[in-house]
Amino acid sequence: MTTGPAGLTRTTETREQGVAHAARGGAAGRLRGLLRKEFLQIGRDPSSIAIAFLLPAILLLIFGYGVSLDARNVPVALVVEAPNADTAGFTARFAQSPYFRPLPFATIQQADRAMSARLVQGIVWLRADFSRQLQAGGAPIGVIVNGVDANDARIIEGYVQQIWIAWIAARAEEKGLPGPMPISVQLRVWFNPSVSSRDYLVPGLIAIIMTLTGALLTAMVIAREWERGTMEALMVTRVSLREILIAKLVPYFVLGMGGMAGSVAMAVWLFGVPLLGSIVVLAASSSLFLLAALGMGLLISSFARNQFVAGQIAIIATFLPAFILSGFLFDIGSMPVPIQLVTHLIAARYFVAILQTVFLAGDVWRVILPNMAALAIMAVVFLGAARLTARKRLD
Amino acid sequence: MWRRILALVAKELLAVLKDAKSRVVLIGPPLIQLVVFGYAATFDLNHVPFSVLNHDRSAASRELVARFAGSPAFQQMGALDSEHGIPELIDGRDAALVLVIDRRFTRDLALHRPARVQLVVDGRNSNTALLILGYANTIVTDFSRDWMHDHGGQAPPAVLDMRARYNPPLNSQWFIVPGIVALLTQVVTLLVVALTVAREREAGTFDQLLVTPMRLLDILLGKSLPGLLIGVLEATVIVLAAVWWFGVPLRGGLLPLYLGLLFFVISVTGIGLMISSLAVTQQQALLGAFLFMVPSIILSGFATPIANMPAPIQKLTLVNPMRYFLVVLRSVFLEGGTVQSLLPQYWPMALIAALSLLAAGWLFRRRVY
Repeated sequence: MTTGPAGLTRTTETREQGVAHAARGGAAGRLRGLLRKEFLQIGRDPSSIAIAFLLPAILLLIFGYGVSLDARNVPVALVVEAPNADTAGFTARFAQSPYFRPLPFATIQQADRAMSARLVQGIVWLRADFSRQLQAGGAPIGVIVNGVDANDARIIEGYVQQIWIAWIAARAEEKGLPGPMPISVQLRVWFNPSVSSRDYLVPGLIAIIMTLTGALLTAMVIAREWERGTMEALMVTRVSLREILIAKLVPYFVLGMGGMAGSVAMAVWLFGVPLLGSIVVLAASSSLFLLAALGMGLLISSFARNQFVAGQIAIIATFLPAFILSGFLFDIGSMPVPIQLVTHLIAARYFVAILQTVFLAGDVWRVILPNMAALAIMAVVFLGAARLTARKRLD
Repeated sequence: MWRRILALVAKELLAVLKDAKSRVVLIGPPLIQLVVFGYAATFDLNHVPFSVLNHDRSAASRELVARFAGSPAFQQMGALDSEHGIPELIDGRDAALVLVIDRRFTRDLALHRPARVQLVVDGRNSNTALLILGYANTIVTDFSRDWMHDHGGQAPPAVLDMRARYNPPLNSQWFIVPGIVALLTQVVTLLVVALTVAREREAGTFDQLLVTPMRLLDILLGKSLPGLLIGVLEATVIVLAAVWWFGVPLRGGLLPLYLGLLFFVISVTGIGLMISSLAVTQQQALLGAFLFMVPSIILSGFATPIANMPAPIQKLTLVNPMRYFLVVLRSVFLEGGTVQSLLPQYWPMALIAALSLLAAGWLFRRRVY
């Protein structure tokens, strides 16, 4: 009972002030009133707060642990037709490798059946005359991998190759011969020496999750006002469209930045991803990205004018393109050129590049500045388009 | 009874297809996405930019560089004069790989001492880094073998004879495009089903439906059949595109494929109806659809193998129908899978379908009366 009249008086005051300072302070007063309305609306329907804070936390938790390209303990069938000291030296390396879980099979037919039943991912086959051919040189080691998952197959082939190179080098050393491989390759992997996919996937995941959050937060807010008829009520007031859009943007921007801060904290403290760059760069690029993502949501919302269609567009236009075209998982440089051009339309693409660099490499301005400029352009374009689409008109 | 259900189905289909925006949304984007994603979602490396720091500058080292430059996986971006240039190249993403050839490369080769080559790789994208290392290792190994052969050295005692079953060229498009069938079918079916009831609730027309002579079961059937129909049609179009446009081999029969599709679409419909029955507003329904769809795609094995996930998350994927349908699709397309060999994938989907439909019915009864 007490809040009601108090709120009422305040509104009256605001209105009086608005009338009194119509020439100068009116716009600020109107905007303040609208902002207050949006914040109250968010406070009453906890689903927006859930989208901003709970959704990123849950998704990051599941994906951070669930998405991994590191093959470990891959089951492989070992078929050794005539076991002896030569073959034992080779197979022992599979048992010691963290990448493989070798399972012995007596015949190639049995191993084949196991691969058809998806019990093993590959077969390593040493034929009966392996030892004899080893003396002559060029003894074949049969390696058959299940090629359905081509990426996995290629990584497994790479691991087998490493084992083979190490094995022949060790054999040559034992016998005091010059190494059969005249070249020794020395590897230096920068930024991520352990080649752990989590360190590179988690920063990218933050970009994907914030794309979702940004679009979900705003995709329906204007469509809802149209559907409920409150947009028409707003239109007859002195409030300008720009003010409506700003009032819709600010609260969700605050929520989105909160969700972003939570995600970065989880990445650093829960997943142990190194953060080599500065917080300032991170905050600045996140703000630009959120403006672009929220702007896209507002555009969808004011284009659709109907929550059903707005929801459908939000699902189709945000998550899948960000997932597949952002370079978070699939290397953009390897895509065909026309598709590479399409990726320039995806805001997440720029944010993924910034996040991966800021987290793992530091403040590399040559990467950060062009991508931030692109994000700024996208933010302006989306917000401008939303402003143009949301005209004050009735159909 | 069937006439009533059919009438409702016709009404639902009209509601979806009459609205111009909704019609465009359901037909256009999935087709565009199929083409764009089919080409974009590749793990194969093409034209990876690399640079060379060649301290040796002899014929042998130039031959090694030429092999890198000639491989379709790599594309040379100039050469370096000193170590100082490397950080700038890698930091700025101008090169993902720098090949550093030792000053004594040719001399060591001639003396049968290990000739040193250093590979500096950008590890920001660990998967690309691993693949670059694999490609580079293959090139160096081939070079070594040929050099030994030409200079009378000893052949290695054993050689690898590597083959890939089902997908000999290791073309990752053959892996991803069948996956897109499941991806887009799930998105479209969920879109049609999850928001329908919430929309009627918000518009107040759901109450009108309830006072018609239709039973609750009829309403549920009428609400789910359009999603089923649209999902199966959408999947058919994508399968055709996979075969005719992308040239993915379809080695198995259509029966095992469509049996899996049917179970999958029914289970997605059941889950969509569950979301629909729980949501009061369309915003909540949308949130629910997202909350199911996003994890179900990421944890399905579509892009990253389930085997790489930690054990508790692997258990979580057991309730995800997409996980099973992906196996069905890839098996039928590439391995020539049969109904019998795919039984272990069918029954969990059938179980999920039955349970989710029962749960949706129960939830509706509770929310409605």
